[in-house]
Amino acid sequence: MTKKKGPAPWQEIITGCVVLNPGSASEYHTGSWRAQRPVWNNQKCIKCGICYVFCPEGCVSQTEDGFFKANLDYCKGCGICSHECWPRAIAMVEEG
Amino acid sequence: MAKRVGMEVALAVAEAVGQCNIDMAAVYPITPQSHIGEHLSDLVADGKIDAEFVTVESEHSAISAIIGASGTGARVYTATSSQGLMLMHEILPIASAMRLPLVMGIANRAVSGPLNILNDHSDIMPQRDCGWISLFVENGQEAIDLSIQSFKIAEHKDVNLPICVNIDGFQLTHMVEPVEFPDQELVNKFLPPRESFATLHPSKPVTMGAFAMSDYFTEILKAKNEALKSSKKIILEVWEEWAKMFGRTYKPVETYKADDAELLVLTMGSMGETAEMAIDELQAQGASVGLVKLRLWRPFPFAEIKEVLMKAKRVLVTDRAVSFGGPGGPVCGEVKAALYNESHKPVIYSSIIGLGGRDVTVADFTGMINRVIKGEANVDTYEFWGVRE
Repeated sequence: MTKKKGPAPWQEIITGCVVLNPGSASEYHTGSWRAQRPVWNNQKCIKCGICYVFCPEGCVSQTEDGFFKANLDYCKGCGICSHECWPRAIAMVEEG
Repeated sequence: MAKRVGMEVALAVAEAVGQCNIDMAAVYPITPQSHIGEHLSDLVADGKIDAEFVTVESEHSAISAIIGASGTGARVYTATSSQGLMLMHEILPIASAMRLPLVMGIANRAVSGPLNILNDHSDIMPQRDCGWISLFVENGQEAIDLSIQSFKIAEHKDVNLPICVNIDGFQLTHMVEPVEFPDQELVNKFLPPRESFATLHPSKPVTMGAFAMSDYFTEILKAKNEALKSSKKIILEVWEEWAKMFGRTYKPVETYKADDAELLVLTMGSMGETAEMAIDELQAQGASVGLVKLRLWRPFPFAEIKEVLMKAKRVLVTDRAVSFGGPGGPVCGEVKAALYNESHKPVIYSSIIGLGGRDVTVADFTGMINRVIKGEANVDTYEFWGVRE
């Protein structure tokens, strides 16, 4: 993975904006768009995994102890996990 | 030896494209373009050229299909007219942003409505700002030559832009003209196989046409604009090479008996040859008139147009399209913009003429010119020449 630089000037735009490096979209941390973050209450979580199934970003993963967490580099804070969580274990908390 | 024949210009364009070692073409039929696509399809079906001809279901599909094929590194061609070009419109700026060297023949025809199949330039004008190189031809020979040159220009490593060759519908496409096809060996020498800067291939995946937000969009459009502007240098180089190899010269702005003329008439496309006859007639009567013909519409040749027009006292610009509610014809608007910063610029008159296939005759040109000479033409606005009142 190339080292992240600031946005390029127009002279450095690759012809046709061709992306020559497959998978480089992962360098774009879309989590920077987020206004709210999901916070799990593991007291209520029953480890059903519905948050993992419904996350449209695929950024929710299961930890070794069986609970779930979001990769905040890519979590946009859409709140779908919180909406779908029927034991109501996920709260959406405003970003500071 | 070059082959000299009498041939319908649309067929000649297809034959010329067939000389260019294309890999793929996708054309949807529309009057008056259809003969180009039909003949190209014949050439493929008869095994005369080794290419894929994709029978698409619309012009939107035609342009999309050649974009995909061009992405794989193929040399591609399409052709259309009027409503077909309007249907392609959505895709045109994408092709130029992706920097794909598509070549398109346009058999210029009026856009609806009312429905009209005949010639004017109202189809290409709405595509003006799509980032394509845009050339105009005056006769069948130029249609052949520029169709072949277009591949070389578009595919040049410093260009990589789509290009369209404007060929007046019916007035040119359906005329049988004496034309000369260049030797195939020389065309092969002039036009080597395409070398693309990136190709879609599973062994080395790339992404074309990716998303870009406000943090990059301005820089990307600036880069595209610079590419289009600097393509003029390559266009001039290619024309120079063509002149050396085939003996016919092309310039962004061409003139006819324009030296020392006080009044210059400017045309674009096939009506230039009609205007030449009017200039001959008026010069024989002692009038100081000359003709300027614009070949390169985009990138607009600001320096060349200034050099020619600044010598005149008056300029009459003819337009085959209307910019409704705007400053007159689109060509006149560009010419005025080109001269605006000059201190001693000529007075510019604007005439809109030849809409929807209405004949443009020698008498129309002498009439328009005489009106300017007599001081009867209105300099404050533009005129619809010959409109019934």
